[in-house]
This record gives sequence, C-alpha cells and structure tokens, in this order.
Amino acid sequence: MSDATQDGPVLAADGTPLKRSLARALRMQKLRALALIAPLLLFVLLTFIAPIADMLFRSVENQIVSATMPATVRELSDWDGTTGNPPGEEVFKALYFDLFLAAEAKEHTKLGTRLNYEKTGVSSLFRSSGRKLDDLGKDYQKAFKKIDKQLDEGEFWYTMMTGSGPASDALVTARKARFGDMTDESTKADIGFAPSQAITDLLPLTALAYTDFAVFTAIADGDTVAEEDPWEAVYVALAEDLATADVAAYTGPGADVLQAAQAGLDTIPVTSYTAFFEDIDKDWLDPEVWETVKMYSPKYTNGYFLNAVDLQKSPDGIEPRPENQQIYMKLFKRTMFMSLVITGSCILLGYPVAWILANLPMRTANLLMILVLLPFWTSLLVRTSAWKVMLQQQGVINDVLVWLGLVADDARLVMINNQFGTIVAMTHILLPFMILPLYSVMQTIPPTYLRAAKSLGATNWTAFWRVYFPQSVPGIGAGSILVFILSIGYYITPEIVGGTTGTFISNRIAYHISSSLNWGLAAALGTILLGVVLLLYYVYDKIVGIDNVKLG
Amino acid sequence: MKLKTLTALVATTAICAPMAFAADMADEMTIVSWGGAYSKSQLKAYHEPYMEKTGVKIINDESSAEAVAKLRAMNEAGNVTWDVVDVVASDALRLCDEGLAMEIDPDEHLAAAPDGTSAEDDFGDMLVGDCFIPQIVYSTTFGYRTDLVGDTPPDDICDVFDLEAYPGKRSLEKRAINNMEWALLCDGVAKEDVYDVLGTEEGQEKALAKLDTIKDSVIWWSAGADTPQLLADGEVVMGSTYNGRLFSVIEEQNQPVAMLWDAQVFDLDGWIIPTGLSPERQARALDYIMFATDTQRLADQAKYISYGPARASSAPLVGQHAELGIDMAPHMPTDPNNAKNTFLYNYEFWADYRDDIEAKFQAWLAK
Amino acid sequence: MADVSSDGAFVEFERVQKSYDGENLVVKDLNLALPKGEFLTMLGPSGSGKTTCLMMLAGFETATHGDIRLDGVSINNIPPHKRGIGMVFQNYALFPHMTVAENLSFPLEVRKMGKSEREEKVKRALDMVQMGAFGGRRPAQMSGGQQQRIALARALVFEAELVLMDEPLGALDKQLREHMQFEIKRIADNLGITVVYVTHDQTEALTMSDRVAVFDDGRIQQLAPPDKLYEEPENSFVAQFIGENNTLEGTVKEIANGKALVELDDGELIDCKPINVSKPGERTRVSIRPERVEYNKERLQEGVHTLKAEVMEFIYMGDIFRTRLKVAGNDEFVIKTRNAPDVERLTPGQQIEIGWLPEDCRALDA
Repeated sequence: MSDATQDGPVLAADGTPLKRSLARALRMQKLRALALIAPLLLFVLLTFIAPIADMLFRSVENQIVSATMPATVRELSDWDGTTGNPPGEEVFKALYFDLFLAAEAKEHTKLGTRLNYEKTGVSSLFRSSGRKLDDLGKDYQKAFKKIDKQLDEGEFWYTMMTGSGPASDALVTARKARFGDMTDESTKADIGFAPSQAITDLLPLTALAYTDFAVFTAIADGDTVAEEDPWEAVYVALAEDLATADVAAYTGPGADVLQAAQAGLDTIPVTSYTAFFEDIDKDWLDPEVWETVKMYSPKYTNGYFLNAVDLQKSPDGIEPRPENQQIYMKLFKRTMFMSLVITGSCILLGYPVAWILANLPMRTANLLMILVLLPFWTSLLVRTSAWKVMLQQQGVINDVLVWLGLVADDARLVMINNQFGTIVAMTHILLPFMILPLYSVMQTIPPTYLRAAKSLGATNWTAFWRVYFPQSVPGIGAGSILVFILSIGYYITPEIVGGTTGTFISNRIAYHISSSLNWGLAAALGTILLGVVLLLYYVYDKIVGIDNVKLG
Repeated sequence: MKLKTLTALVATTAICAPMAFAADMADEMTIVSWGGAYSKSQLKAYHEPYMEKTGVKIINDESSAEAVAKLRAMNEAGNVTWDVVDVVASDALRLCDEGLAMEIDPDEHLAAAPDGTSAEDDFGDMLVGDCFIPQIVYSTTFGYRTDLVGDTPPDDICDVFDLEAYPGKRSLEKRAINNMEWALLCDGVAKEDVYDVLGTEEGQEKALAKLDTIKDSVIWWSAGADTPQLLADGEVVMGSTYNGRLFSVIEEQNQPVAMLWDAQVFDLDGWIIPTGLSPERQARALDYIMFATDTQRLADQAKYISYGPARASSAPLVGQHAELGIDMAPHMPTDPNNAKNTFLYNYEFWADYRDDIEAKFQAWLAK
Repeated sequence: MADVSSDGAFVEFERVQKSYDGENLVVKDLNLALPKGEFLTMLGPSGSGKTTCLMMLAGFETATHGDIRLDGVSINNIPPHKRGIGMVFQNYALFPHMTVAENLSFPLEVRKMGKSEREEKVKRALDMVQMGAFGGRRPAQMSGGQQQRIALARALVFEAELVLMDEPLGALDKQLREHMQFEIKRIADNLGITVVYVTHDQTEALTMSDRVAVFDDGRIQQLAPPDKLYEEPENSFVAQFIGENNTLEGTVKEIANGKALVELDDGELIDCKPINVSKPGERTRVSIRPERVEYNKERLQEGVHTLKAEVMEFIYMGDIFRTRLKVAGNDEFVIKTRNAPDVERLTPGQQIEIGWLPEDCRALDA
C-alpha cells in the first residue's frame, strides 16, 4: 500500500524497480519454458514446416535449365522464336560446349526429362545427343594428332595450357561455379590447374573447354589433370580458336606446336555446329524445341502452376491447354465436390450415432465406442477391399438383392469403381473422425437444456433444432474440418474403388510423385490444394468462427 | 568408351574377382523387390544360395513399386540405404536418366554363359539402357473366364474390343501404355506402324476412340493382383495382367481361367544399383548381381514363377515347378507357342511420350 | 391461507407411484393436492423421491401408477411442452448460445407470439427480476445470481400459472441465497402463481413456503405449514429432519389426561405429549427442541419431572449459548438459551437439573 503511494517507480525489496524485477523473473520463466519445448519446436520445424516450404519451393523452382546450359540460355536470349527459324550458329556452338560438359556429368538426361514434361520428345533428343557429342571432336582430334603427336598427349596439353606468366584464376573460379551450379557438388577442392592469362587471351574457347575438363577431372573423377587426355570438345575449341588467334606473337610453352597447328588448319574438316546437331537429330532445328528451352530458362517458373490449372505457356502468352489434356481443374472440382458429399454423409450418419453414444450410460457407451473405433484397428487396405467384396457386381449386396428378387441377375447394380463406391468406402473410413468430436461435444451438453426447452413449450423437434443442435455445431464444425481435409488428401481408397469417375486430385499427385517423377507439378498441385484448404478454413472462420470449433 | 571396356574385360578374365575383393565388400545388403510370390522366387533362387556362399546378410525390402520416387528422395537426402533394386526396365531408364542408377558394363560385371558367350551377347537385346541388368522377361497379356465366353474362346487380341461376341466387363490397366498399342492394333494399324502412328496426335485420338468403344465395360486396375481377383470373382470375363499372376490363378488356384497370349507385351524386370554407394557396398552389390544373373540362377528362378529368364543360355535349363512339379517351359511367355504374336515394350518411345500420352489418357478416363 | 381440500385443487397427485426398475418404488403412494396460489416446498434428503415427483409433474417422468391432475385435468398423457408449466432448474439451464433476451423470448416464439408482443413481455419479465439492462448479454457473461434471476424470469415470461423449481438456489452462496429466497417469494406472491419448490435445505423450506411436504423413503412424512412442522412434528423423522432436536428413547408407562409418562432407558421418568403412542408398554422416541429445555429451577413448573444432566461443553454463539449435556446416557443432548443478563453461563462438568413443559416434549414413534 505504502509503495503505491510514493512517487517514482515502485521498487522491489532489493531496490531495483519492481517492473525490471518482474520482467527478469518472467524472462527466466519464459527461457526455461522455451528450453523445454525447444526439441519439440525443432521437431515440428524439421518435419512439418520444412517439407511444406520445400514443396512450395519446388513448385516454382526451375534452375535446371540455366544451370545445365548457362551459355546456351545466354545466347538464346537474343533469338526471336516468332520468326519460325531455328536459332543461329552461336546458340548451337554454346549448346555444344554446355551439353558436352553436361553429358560428361550425366546431367543432360535430367534436363531432357525436365523439358520433356513441356515438350514431348526432348527426353530422347537429349539422351541420344549426349551419346553422339564425342563424334564431332574425334575428327578434329585425329587431324590435330596428324599435325603434331604431342597434341594427343594429356601431359603436353597440361603444360601448354598452364603456360607461363600470371595465371587466370578468374576463369577457374567461374568454371568451378558453373560446374557446381549444375551438379550441386562442392567445388572447393583445388583442381591443380590454372591456365595462364596469356593462353587464355590467345585461345579463349580452348582455355574454357580445357578448364571445364580440368574441373571435371579433378572434382568429379578425382583424377590428376595432367595425366588425363583432354576431351574431344577441347579440340573443337582449339580449331575454333586457331582460326582467328594471333599465334605468331605467342611465346609460351607449346607455341611452336600451336603455330604448326594453325598452319595445318586447312587439313581439318570444319563442320558447323548447326549441321552437326542437325545430323544427330533433325528436331534440333525445330523452333518449338528452342521455344520450350527459352520459355523455361528462367530460374523460377510459373509453368507448373499453369499446368496444374490446365493452362500452358506459349509464345503468345498464357493459354488454355488443348481440351484433350485438361484434367486438373476437373479433378479439383470433383475432389471438392466429393469431399463435401463425404463430409455431408459423415454428418448424417455420425450425428445420430454420436447422439446415442452421448446419451447412453457410460458402460454401454464405451462398448459402442469400441465399435466406432474398430475401423481404426484394421488396415485401410483391408477395409477398402472389404467394400469391394460387398459392393461389386458379383458381391454380397448384389447377391442378396438378386436373391430377394429386387434386382434382375443380368442387371446387377454398379456400386463400385465409381463415385458411389468411393463415397461409401470413404464415409466408412472417415466416420470416426466425425463421431469423436461430435461425441465429446455432445457429452458436454447437459440434458437439462432439452428439458428446459420442452418445459418452455418447445416440441421435441424445436427443442432439438433450436437448443440442442446449435450447441452441437462446434462438434460438427470440428468433425467437418477433419473429415473434409482428410478426404481431399485421400488417394488410396479412391485409387482402389474409385474407377475413373471417383478418383481425386491426390491420385494425380501420387502419380506425379512416384511414377512420372514430375515433382514440380506434384508440388504445384499440392500447393494449390493447400491453398484451397486454407481458403476454406478462412471462409469457415469468417462464417462460423474458428473459436466455434471444439474437439471436446 | 571402347578402350575402357576392353581393359575391363582383360581385368575380369585375368583376376578371380570375387576372391580378390572379398575383404573390401560390405557384409550386409538391402535388396529391394516387389514382394509376394516374386520376392519368394528371388529368395529361393538367388538370396539363399548367395547368403550360403558368402555369409552376407540380405535384408529384403518390398518397395519396388515406389522405388523410383524413393531413390530420388534418398539421393536428395544424401543417404541411400538400398544396395540393389529390382525395377522394371522403364523405371531403370528413368533412374539412369536421372543419374540415380549407376552404369554397369555387362561384360565387365556379369558372368559369361557356360559355353563362353559373353554376357553382352547372351543377354542380347534385353540390355536396354546403360544401368539395367535384366533378370526376367514377363508379359502383360489377357486371361479370360473359360466358363463365361461361350463355345468359341477368344484367341485374338481384338476379341477384347468385341463386345458383341464377348459381352461383359473387361479389366485393363489404368494407364496408357499397352492399352494404346492394343487399341491401334485392333483399329487396323499394322504392328510395325503402331509406334509411328501413336507418335502423332491423330494416332492418339484414334487409339482413344477405339478404347471409347469399350470404355463403359472396363474396370480399370492399378495393382497386379486386381485382375486375377476380378477373374476369380467373375466380375470380368477377361482382363489384362502379368502372365505370372495368371499362371497362379490357373495352375495354383485352379480357377476356370485361360490365357490369351495374342499380342502379349514383353517387358523386362531386372536389377539396378543406386549411385552414391560407398565403394564397399558397391563392390558387394556388383558381386551379388554377377552371381544372381548367371545362367543357372536365372533358370532356377523359373522353378518358382512363370517368368522367362532374360539370358538366352538359361532357357534350355528351365525345368519343373518346385512345388507343382509341372513343366514350366510351356508357361513361359517366351515359349514359341505363346510368342507367336508379341510386342516388346518400346522404352525409347514411352520415355518420350509417356507424360504426354498419359496426360491425354487420364483426361480421357476422367471424361 | 390456501384451500387444502381435494375439490378444486389446482395440482393434484392421486395414488401416484413410480418405479424405475420394476422392483423398487421410488415414490410410494403419493397423494397431494395444491390450491391455486400456494407455495409448496418438497423437502427431503436426496433419494427421498421429491425430485421424481417434480419431474412427473413437469412431464419428464411418467407415473408408473396413479393420476396427476392439473386444474382438474389428468396430465399423465400430455407431453411436457403442452403442460404450460414454468420450470427453473438447479443449474439454470439458460441456453448458452442465446442472449438473455433470446432466452426469454424462446417460450414466446414457440407459442408463435408476435414480435412486438414478445419484446414487450421480455422487457416486463426482465424488469420484474431487475435485470432490465442485461437483455443483450450471454448467460456466460453473468454471475450465478444474475443467471438465477434470468432463469426465473424465463419460467415466468409466458405467464405459467404453475412454476416448478428444482433446487434453484443450490449453486449460490449463502448471502445471495437468502436474498433470492426473499426475491422469489416476493415475485411469486405478487404474481399469485402456484409454486412447487424442491429443496433439501430446511431453512429455505421454512422461510419460503406456505406448506412444506417432508419426503422420506418415497412418502410424504408430513405435510404442514412451516410453524406446525417445526413445533408439532408428527413423527421422529420429521422431528429429526426439521431443525435441531433432542431425542431420548424409552417406554411408555401410562397415558392419561393427554399426557404420557415415559420411562427412559436408564429408569428416569418424564412427562410427554403422546403423539404416535397409544398404549403403555410401547417403545417411543421422545423429542424436545433445544430452546424449550429449561434448567433454571425457578422457571420450571411445579411437579414436573426433571432429569439430571452434566454439562459437557459450552459454546458461546453471540445471540445464544449452545450447551451440550449428558442426559440419560445421551451426551449429544443440546440446549439453547438466549444471551440475556439473567442467564447463567454453564461450565463443563457442572451438574444441573433440566426440565420442560410436557407440551413441548413429544412422544413419537420409536
């Protein structure tokens, strides 16, 4: 009392301001509490938040194109696809060197698979081209060998490219980074090679190709650069460089060999890159292939999302997919619709059951509760298969109906492999998720409310509808949210009993995850599904109020 | 490439490889397969003798159905726990393209045939892709209820599309592959043109239009066990599935079912070794594959399941079923009587067109 | 005072029996008649059947046998909502999802009353319980006492002539309870409604009721106005149950001139008023109220029998002294004396003699 009347801040017994004292005490408490939940928090972050974040990221991530073919993508930016002509020689030149390194690192097929999602045939285009890339360099190599045998020796190449004078570390760093981008490998290790600045200036493309070779040899293969023979691509680069290089002025190691090589350049069968690729596969000259590459060259793409809503990118902007490929919007709508129907039938079936449970004596209620929970104790597959046995045309229900004479033997009802079968089986599986929250909410509603309502003049129905039902709504809300969210993500049951009309969007997601490996599309579909759930949750909160949801 | 092969060949013939490497190999391995009767046949024919011979402990995992996705996830996580994985050839191609399976040189890592034929020649055309070592040839073909098809049992693939002669439901796999080929074949496209036609927009429309004629009478399956069950229950009069499944319905369960071998589609199943294994585990996996794919071992597997060995040299060694005591040769999809009209799964084609055609097929299904 | 005769009774139970299990009767042969405007309390220990009676009257339980009549009409087969009986529950049973005004409006709505009329009646009912400002609140936002008032208002708003109250004040603290007792009584009197009130609190029963029906073992043990119930209990259960009471056990020696001579078990003799005894030799339980015991010899009548007593304990309670005595082997014998200047304060161990007027000492059933 006396503390409160004095001027200035209230002091604790030791003279520190009471506020600070309190804050310190609370902080200690908070820290201790935080330390206690830290493992849990970490667990949730790692197992729950991280995968979702990863999924969101995958649905837009598209670094593979620019990481595998950086130079090609750069050159391609000037190309105008609307002319209907394939890109120029520069693009094919960049493609050759990009693809060569990618093929050595076995990355070109990954890129092919990725682009095949957008343009059919790219997969085999990349795979078969990867095998034939060596052919171009082989002829050059032979010709150079004829000019000087040393040009076929790894050691000589190493000496020549190392050169003398200051080294061009920048080139090594740049090529390491490019290799690291493509393979996700760590490129910290020293590769034991750096081209001299002089040779880099003299033979820029060769230095680049040789550095790529050196980076790959040292990092991916773990070999010594000096002991390995250079790739065919290096000879292609050398021929390219020698055509214009001023070798006469060069004095570094191997200058004489280079001069000889330049002199003998006319013995080398020069082929254009374009012609080379055309020879491998005519599709390389197809502007549509290049259009696809260009369209998907940015590091992030909305392509997966567009695909997930039956749209596609085209040179003229975003347009709907051809009608015979539109499926996802239909499946989204169907998933929503069927989930609502399943939720509705769960309410219809679960409400009376929960009501009976809540109004029975404890002992009987517990016994019945075991029956409700029984489905949880049997395997999902067994339950679903049991429905197959029940509902199929030669199944139990049809047999009984035929036996009773209600259905003709040749007109047995189709109750499975369609929406009906899916709804029945999923309602059965998800029913406990409706009953449990309903039951626990109903248990808290005292029977006196009904009596009070009746004593006030309400009929049984009015008493139920105006008094009991509104109080059980939180249970319906909780049950519905559970059932709805569970059912829109379900895929095993629809897969087994859904036939063609009862499958959900999740079945497509599962397909893209495990069969087509199009994880980007699967992630986009999953993200949209997540968004829809959150949106519905928001709408539910606005209309019903989320504090009106009670699990017990 | 060629040079490397040559030196490797020299190396294998020169050194007794298993002995030399034994100390450097892991003594435990996880082998992934399909489960069920198939895994059992592998256990009997491969795992048990191998464990006996080497003392290695083999752990069975039955995840082959999700192997591709799981391997990719493991690889991204940097922790590959599988040593040898049994996959179908198309999955092996994907894994190879994705860099998830290591390249295996058959002549370096596989045993030659008893008569000295090199492994590469002995396997011949079965070697598809650079990472895949085939084990068996299986086929996807039709079985029908002998009691529900009247007096003239179907003997032509096009009987599947003939609702008048054979009314009733059929079961087909819920995917485009195989169904599209059969549809085109029965729509008058010559066998050698099927893939050319299927590569075009019009061809795909054509195949789907043919399938449309029976769409209402089709139950679509997604698990290999579905069709045998549907046939046994009398839910369908005919249905496609793997020939081994039909063998067990006919011979083991004695159901009134018979095979329609016409236009069966051969496919291959075999081994891959994941990339990213430690040298010891990789050496062990290679050693296992060399053992498990030799001529005798492949022939042994046919004692337990009616799939044909992938090696030419194994065929003459195929004997009788281990439990039923019947000759297995007539039940092999590769038996000349059964293989009068066959397809081989076109891996190149489907690697390119699968995403595209599958999308159209699923859109068609959902219509 | 109300008319107690069976004819023209407003509420009537006739030979009503109730059994839940077919083996035991919870209510045994209940006969009860209430005139219009009476405030009747059913008092009894838990399990005595009083709440069952109330529930049968409300229609939530059906009588196994017998007839319940309301205003001369048998209501056995009329469902609760058509009986038009107002009811206040122990836990108020206010609908939590409705505001106070909606709660009150509910019985009017189900009676299809117009909106303006409803609002008018709700306002009047709220004003009656002095809760006019609380119409927009939810039950959960109010105190127990406020909820109690609303529950009362809701039971009255549709102008029921009969209101049943099932331990309505059980959840309130003592002070509030006493205040509400007065309040309920006042409103009931003002409106002239008939009230059947169930409680196990005898003070409540005594202070509020016109008549009290004491229940035990499925029967009405005594039905009487509060003063009669206290002063003239008809059997030893009622004597024990209502107020504080001293019991002495003994045998009737003789009955003469409206007086009974009872020989206590230790041989001493006392004079009593015979109530449930008829002939000598019967065992009896003698009941004396603590405040009727006298130990000041000067105030005792000439010639009455007195008993020796030893003071065990003396408790000062402000307005009264409460003294525990040992009398005839019973050491739970309590006497109460007014705190007055001329009253002697007894000390433990003191030997005294006690006596009383024979009319105050009632010889009841054993």
